[in-house]
Amino acid sequence: MAQQSTVSYWELIKNGIIAENTIFKLALSLCPSIAVTNNLRNGVLMGVAVLFVQTMVNATISVMRKVIHPRIRLPIFMLVISGWVTIVDMSMAAFAPDAYKQMGLYIQLIVAFASILARAEMFASKNKIAPSMVDGIGMGLGFLFALTVISFFRELLGKGSLWGIPIVNTKPLLIMILPAGGFFAVGILMALFNWIDTRFLKKGTSGAH
Amino acid sequence: MSGEFTKLFELFIAASLINNFVFTRFLGLCIFFGVSKKMETAIGMSITFTAVMMISASLSWLIFTYVMVPLDITFLKIIVFIGVVAGFVQASDTIMRKTAPGLYYKLGIYLALISTNCIILAVPLINAGEHYSFIQSIAFGFGSGIGFALALVIMASIREKLELADVPGPFKGLPIAFIITGLIALAFTGFSGLITL
Repeated sequence: MAQQSTVSYWELIKNGIIAENTIFKLALSLCPSIAVTNNLRNGVLMGVAVLFVQTMVNATISVMRKVIHPRIRLPIFMLVISGWVTIVDMSMAAFAPDAYKQMGLYIQLIVAFASILARAEMFASKNKIAPSMVDGIGMGLGFLFALTVISFFRELLGKGSLWGIPIVNTKPLLIMILPAGGFFAVGILMALFNWIDTRFLKKGTSGAH
Repeated sequence: MSGEFTKLFELFIAASLINNFVFTRFLGLCIFFGVSKKMETAIGMSITFTAVMMISASLSWLIFTYVMVPLDITFLKIIVFIGVVAGFVQASDTIMRKTAPGLYYKLGIYLALISTNCIILAVPLINAGEHYSFIQSIAFGFGSGIGFALALVIMASIREKLELADVPGPFKGLPIAFIITGLIALAFTGFSGLITL
């Protein structure tokens, strides 16, 4: 997993979205993937918040990488991450109060995302600022993509609407917006990704671990 | 006095069953799926978790009420709480290694895992958001810990059996674990009318 800075930016983005997709492949940061995805708007907002935090954290760490002493790097990384999360948390409370009421706790908990710390440690602390930012964008886009897919299906099936606009007129499957439906949706989508992987890409990886 | 106690008990039941962290609040899923493969690790994790949760809940309550509120720096709560939790876990790691090596040998690895776990951090954040009193914070931390332990033990006992089952190829591993968690979560929704807070 040790990337060199010689790989092209496109490779970095593709890596974040497909090969190392945070949710479907690495199975990290799962909490929000179920908690906030019962409608499309919350899912996308959460994804954008993570995209922003991941990119900015990678950029900050990359700029500071020469002055951080290796012994104390983890506490410093945590400080940087919680700083950026606080910024997102407060701006969201100010600009999107409705959504913040539903998902404020999960926004604050971005700080405990293993994936953000992992990228800072594995990539940003070793690379220049431009590749680090692109890597952050790639990982963030992968996360945004996963959340969008999950919340798209859950809102469509569970409420018969998208982004709050009714689309299907029949009686919806209430279970999909219940907590249990989130677990089902993620499980089935993960299996689908595994199937695509083994069937078409023939890499033979089966989820995480 | 008895009214006070009833309220604490309600808080405990609500935190452990009705708003179970894993099944209705979806927190700590990484750890939940990571350590629920074997019963032994699940039990070790549950004990460590409950203890850390209660102590970090009380520590961060004290800091929040007596330091952060008077100084009007509550907006720093994310940074401060993560520092408190990580510092406490690191300290107990060192103390345990010196004073109780046997216990450290058994539970030490779990301690390292939970320093930046989202449940541990969520408990102080919820306590601060809901303005719980000191005793209530501890009851909430304890209830959450027991709820998480319950979830881990249920899941571990199912997954030990699942190892032998013939699961369709793409569902092997995590996907089937998710589906099972969904089924348990469905059962847990039955608790939702138990107490009206």
